[in-house]
Amino acid sequence: MKDFQFLFTAWICVWAVFFLYETTVARRISKLRDELNRLKQQLRES
Amino acid sequence: MKSRIALAAFTAALIICAGYLALYVAPVDIRQGQIYRIFYFHISAWVSTFTAFTIVFVSNVAYLATRRQRWDSLGVSAAEVGIACCSIGLITGPLWGKPVWGIWWTWDARLTTTFIMWLMYISYLMLRGLLEDPRHRASLSAVFGIFAFLDVPLVYMSNRLFRTQHPGPVFFGGPDSSVDPRMTHVLLVCMIAVLVIMIPVLVDRYRVECMRNEVEELRQEIELRSLDAQSRPAPRTVKEAL
Repeated sequence: MKDFQFLFTAWICVWAVFFLYETTVARRISKLRDELNRLKQQLRES
Repeated sequence: MKSRIALAAFTAALIICAGYLALYVAPVDIRQGQIYRIFYFHISAWVSTFTAFTIVFVSNVAYLATRRQRWDSLGVSAAEVGIACCSIGLITGPLWGKPVWGIWWTWDARLTTTFIMWLMYISYLMLRGLLEDPRHRASLSAVFGIFAFLDVPLVYMSNRLFRTQHPGPVFFGGPDSSVDPRMTHVLLVCMIAVLVIMIPVLVDRYRVECMRNEVEELRQEIELRSLDAQSRPAPRTVKEAL
């Protein structure tokens, strides 16, 4: 039974690291997209 | 968009299939019991780590040879993805070690060289954060990345050269190293699944780097325009302004 706890924890950790990393990447993309749109707008106005 | 949905569906199917094979279909290990199933994601994580760090090495060499920005972007993206995979390996290792060895961690050859490799690539990212000039940053981090890669073959060879706590190789380790063929097949599916997940993550991370470079270029252009506007003499009359 204890073996299953370790196995389950490892399984959860794998997906936790993967989803956390992917979330940070997606967040960075969204932030940069906003920044790019803002700068393009600023460039058009100048 | 359609191709992205298709890729996501294929990846999800592959993950479910790999999970099912690893947890239910693969035979139980006689000595370790069920806990050995960590092996399927532990080894797969290391395969993707080595793949990612090899991409870093190739990109760094290519950057120094061509001085093209895209190689630098690919290098840093692969380094970050490699660190994420390496972290998965470093987490699943102790979770496997505790029930089998009775300890979470020991400073044996394989574990120590792996930990050093993880620290080296974290230092690679930290070094980039310290340098402001993009060309200087790319050159210096490329040199550091090549140096960091020296540890990768050392990690691979460590349990072949030194027989310490970590078990010897089960693949390509000589006539005594082998596993049940069913285990090998399941492991292959798991490795392919992890590599298939790694590719879109790497592509997304590369996009971040490209967008960051674009932001940098636009900022410079805006700054140049504002400097140019400031350096022009202000019109003294309405007629001059027109």
